[in-house]
Formats: sequence, C-alpha cells, structure tokens
Amino acid sequence: MTNANGRFGVHGGQYIPETLMNAVIELEQAYAHYKNDPAFQRELTTLLNEYAGRPSRLYEAQKMTRELGGAKVYLKREDLNHTGAHKVNNVLGQALLAKRMGKTRLIAETGAGQHGVATATAAALLGMECVVFMGEEDTRRQALNVYRMRLLGAEVVPVTTGTATLKDAVSEAMREWTSRITDTHYCLGSVMGPHPFPTIVRDFQAVISKEIKAQLLEKEGRLPDAVIACVGGGSNAIGSFYHFIEDKAVRLIGCEAAGRGIDSFETAATINTGRLGIFHGMKSYFCQDEYGQIAPVYSISAGLDYPGIGPEHAHLHDIGRAEYVPVRDDEAVCAFEYLAKTEGIIAAIESAHAVAHAIKLAPEMDREQLLVVTISGRGDKDCAAIARYRGEDIHE
Amino acid sequence: MSRMQLAFANGKAFIAFLTCGDPDLETTAAAVRAAVENGADLIELGIPFSDPTAEGPVIQGANLRALSGGMTTDRVFAMVRELRRDVSIPLVFMTYANVVFSYGAARFMAACQEIGIDGLILPDLPFEEKDEFLPLCRQHGVDLISLVAPTSENRIAMIAEEAEGSLYIVSSLGVTGTRSEIRTDLASIVAVARQHTNIPCAIGFGISTPEQAVRMAALADGVIVGSAIVKLLERYGKDAPAYIGAYVREMKDALR
Repeated sequence: MTNANGRFGVHGGQYIPETLMNAVIELEQAYAHYKNDPAFQRELTTLLNEYAGRPSRLYEAQKMTRELGGAKVYLKREDLNHTGAHKVNNVLGQALLAKRMGKTRLIAETGAGQHGVATATAAALLGMECVVFMGEEDTRRQALNVYRMRLLGAEVVPVTTGTATLKDAVSEAMREWTSRITDTHYCLGSVMGPHPFPTIVRDFQAVISKEIKAQLLEKEGRLPDAVIACVGGGSNAIGSFYHFIEDKAVRLIGCEAAGRGIDSFETAATINTGRLGIFHGMKSYFCQDEYGQIAPVYSISAGLDYPGIGPEHAHLHDIGRAEYVPVRDDEAVCAFEYLAKTEGIIAAIESAHAVAHAIKLAPEMDREQLLVVTISGRGDKDCAAIARYRGEDIHE
Repeated sequence: MSRMQLAFANGKAFIAFLTCGDPDLETTAAAVRAAVENGADLIELGIPFSDPTAEGPVIQGANLRALSGGMTTDRVFAMVRELRRDVSIPLVFMTYANVVFSYGAARFMAACQEIGIDGLILPDLPFEEKDEFLPLCRQHGVDLISLVAPTSENRIAMIAEEAEGSLYIVSSLGVTGTRSEIRTDLASIVAVARQHTNIPCAIGFGISTPEQAVRMAALADGVIVGSAIVKLLERYGKDAPAYIGAYVREMKDALR
C-alpha cells in the first residue's frame, strides 16, 4: 500500500537531511532489486529457517481459552525465534541486503535491547562490524542485553542526550549515519523512519502473518476473527497484520503502551494521545506539545517507550482498518504474570500488552471465534524489572 | 531579487547562527545586535527543537537549555518583532519541520512575513519533501533555503536549479560542530551548483577560525558559523554578547 514516494495516505515520506538522501535512494534501489532476486530470497529463507528457527509455532492456548471462556486463543510464538524476539526477521533481511550492497558495518538503535541483540547477532554471523546506540537509561534497565551485545562483538554506545531512551538512540544512530555512509548501513529496527524503511521492515516482518494464515488454515480451515499485537514503532504488529489487511472480516488490534494511563503525562500511547507531526524522517502521529516539541514519553516497557508510530499504522488507523487500544503498565504486568502461571510462558513485557487486551477481549467473543495474539518476544530480560515493580529486588 | 541577497552585497558574507532563548531571549537579542554592529551580514535564528537530529552536541545543548528555559515559537516571534525596530539585515529562521508543521505552516509563514523574516532553513526537509511548505513560503515572501551536502553528487544540479534565496553548502559529513579540518572537495560542489543557479552560495558546518573562513570564502559567497558562537553563549551566558561581537568582528575583518 505504499505509493511511489513512500506514503501511506498522508503518512510516511523522507524528512531527512540532504546528507542521507543518496543513501536512502541507494537502499531503495537495492531493495527493489533484491526483493525479486531468487538467490537473495533463497538465502534469506534458509537463514530464517535453519538459523532463526522459523516457522515459529502457532500454539493453541487451551488453558487460557478455557479460563477466559470465549474465543479460542492462539499464540504466535515469535518469542521462540533465535535471539528471543521477532526482531531477527527484519535484521537478517537487512543485514543480507547491506552485505549485497557492499556495506561492512551495521549501526542500530535499540530500546529494550532486543533489536540491538538481533543486529549484533546478524553482524557476528555475517562477519560485519556493529555499533548499537542505546539510551543510557535503557542500558541500566536492560543491563543483561548490553552484555549480550558486547559478547556478540558489538560496540554499545550509551546515549546521554534528551531523555536517554529509545527516541534519543534513534536520533543518535541517524547522526552517526550522516557522518559515515559509504561503508555503513543503518539497520533500523521498526516500521518507522524515512522511506524505504517502513516498507522494507514491514516486508521482512510480514512472514509472521503469512505463517499465521497458513497455520490457522491448516488447523482450523479458516481465518482468525481478530489478531492482536503490541505496538511501539509497530514492527511485530504490522508483521502480524499485513497478510490480513485485505481480509476485511479480520479485526486487527494494536496495543499501545499507556504507561500510567492516557490521561496522565506518563504515557507512550501515540494514536490515543498524539497528533500528526514530522519527526525521525516520517510524517505520522507523535506525542508532542502544542509547539511540536516531542514529548518525553513513558512506559514500563523500554521497547514501547517511543513517542511515534510507524506511518502504515497511522494510515490503518485513519482509514479505520485497524484499532489501536491503550494498555497500562499495571494491566501489562498482570498479563505478564497471568501468561506465566496459565500457559507457562514468560512473554516480554512488550508482548504482555497484547496479552492484556486479549484477556479483556476473548470473553466478549463467541466460542466459535478465533483470536490470535502475537507473543513478540520472551520475557527473561524483564524479570528483574517486574520483580522491582512488585517491590522485590533481585540481583542478576 | 530576494532580500536575502542583500546579505551578499557587502563582500564575502559572514553569517552568524545562534539558538534563540539560550540562555534567555534578552541575551539572544543582545547577541544579534552585537553581531550586526560588528559586521554580520545575515543572522540565522534557531528556533529550538527537542530532538535536533542534524546538530552536534554544542547546538543540541543550546536547544535543550532554551527549551528548559521556557522558550516557545511565539516568544521567538515576539523577540524578532522587537529586533526589527532597529535591525535591518536579512534574518532567517533555522528549525525543524515539526516546529513549522505543528504551528500550522500557513500561520507560521504569515507570522514570518509580518515580523520580517526573510528565509527558512529546515535541515530535515530535503528536495523531495519541499512541497510540504514551499507554496506557503512563496505566498509569504519567505525563501525556503535548499541545502547541498558532500554526498549530494548527482543531486546538486537538481537542487541548485530550484534553489531560492541562497544555497547552503554543507561542508562535511555528519552533524554541526567545529572541525579542525574540512576535507570535502567544496570547489567542485560549488562549481556544479553555479552552473545551475545564480543565487549566492554559503558554506557552513565546521567553520570556526578566521583561517577556515578565509579558505571557505575563497570558494563561495559567504560562510556560516554556528557552533563557535553557541559555544560562547554556553561559556559566557548573559555576558556572551560582547564576546560574540568581538568574534564576529575578527571573522568579518578576515573576510574583507
């Protein structure tokens, strides 16, 4: 649904410094070539299957279904991928693409650290240099992931500017890219930023909905009634939605991080509290003040702690094709604990936002209906923070 | 001819940048007057933005200091209105697309026209996206300044062809900030640009010393200095205008 200028309705575009224009044009051209190149696609599929462990399972959550007493719940287990999240789908694609373009160095931003770990992993595998920018605040919240990245051979640069979180890491990665372009690819981690990133990342993540569709047709002989995923920038959500966009009967629901609530200032729910704006290379919805200053957003989840949303989501919202609901910290933490106790699955706190909405929605649906929830990542990284949230201090 | 070109009628132009409201608007206004009295030909007034992605640490710091001091777009407009009572050289705004967009582009440009702003530089608005604001800029007599970068190569002709006011040549890769050395082949970039436009070309990014200014001015019609001036504001705060005046005099004298 992208047009020639990388627009999704009014959203998207390329609002970046002139210094980067030829780099994104080169990327666009390379991607246009390789996405139709059978050898490239074969290599990517082999990596996804043999290295990352795809296809990921579509698991029927029988206990959850029984307890909630409504729709039959399926969990799309992206947490079972190598590196523990959906991020690897995009990173393997972009790293292979960068390598074909002759780049030898990957830079990336990361919030919770999952995208950074995935990028460091791909760089190790493909023999590329890797530098990851991470807000200093997040390097403290996610110390384990910082160590994992270093173990994988990446350099982790703590970003101290602004709020020292994900948005600042994105800004710093963009600044770094403007200073070193020839050998460096910016491996952007979500469906955001300037065109062609929202399209490239979506295409690499679309494997999620492609698999859900095939797996559900095999198990149930039909499409789901609703698909739920968490949304920060929105890459696992667009990946989960993409192949259902034309199937109008399938409800698509994105769960935004409401932090302490959408009526508070401590929120990251972009669709529910933001306004149209231009930032980080794209036109989309952003949390901002009346003068367009980007708001210092908050969520318990470092991965959803971002003041914007990908342009395709903004468009799906505008045309009413997808719904975006706010989920608070406390609801996500309860869902995190619920899924662990009910199904024996420790999901990422990001994914727990989607589980929280499923807990609300499933009982309102009929028993014949099918509800798919994407578990975008695993929650080991969050255990210490959730324990702290519950007043327990554990040392790793 | 646009008013902006008056800045280039006085030999090689010295263009000073500073961030409005760092440390406060009174100091900004005093610094502008000091720069003007000491020979600055054009002033770029930065309207602070929370996340200035094209700036190095020095100007990032100025943006954040200004915002935490309560700076807003409306307060910047009020300062310019007051400055215009005695400052007649061309003034341009430099800010980010979202500051203009969120204010309402039409309302923003109308205000620029009313208070006497001659041009607008938006580092995150490349050629491909300039139609976002260009029609409104033209309607209100504000030149939307185009930038050319060391990586522009095959794009220079296209950008120069449609450039208005003056052309901003970015000297180096990366973000704003002082540099000990500028290695880009700027002579070739300027030569290509000149084949496609008659408007003045000014070089910015990384320039801080009179020697650098002289070398850059030999290639173009003017030089733009930002971080070196912002550093004076960071260091001397409210006392900075006197230092800025002396610095501008030294730079402009070197260019004469």
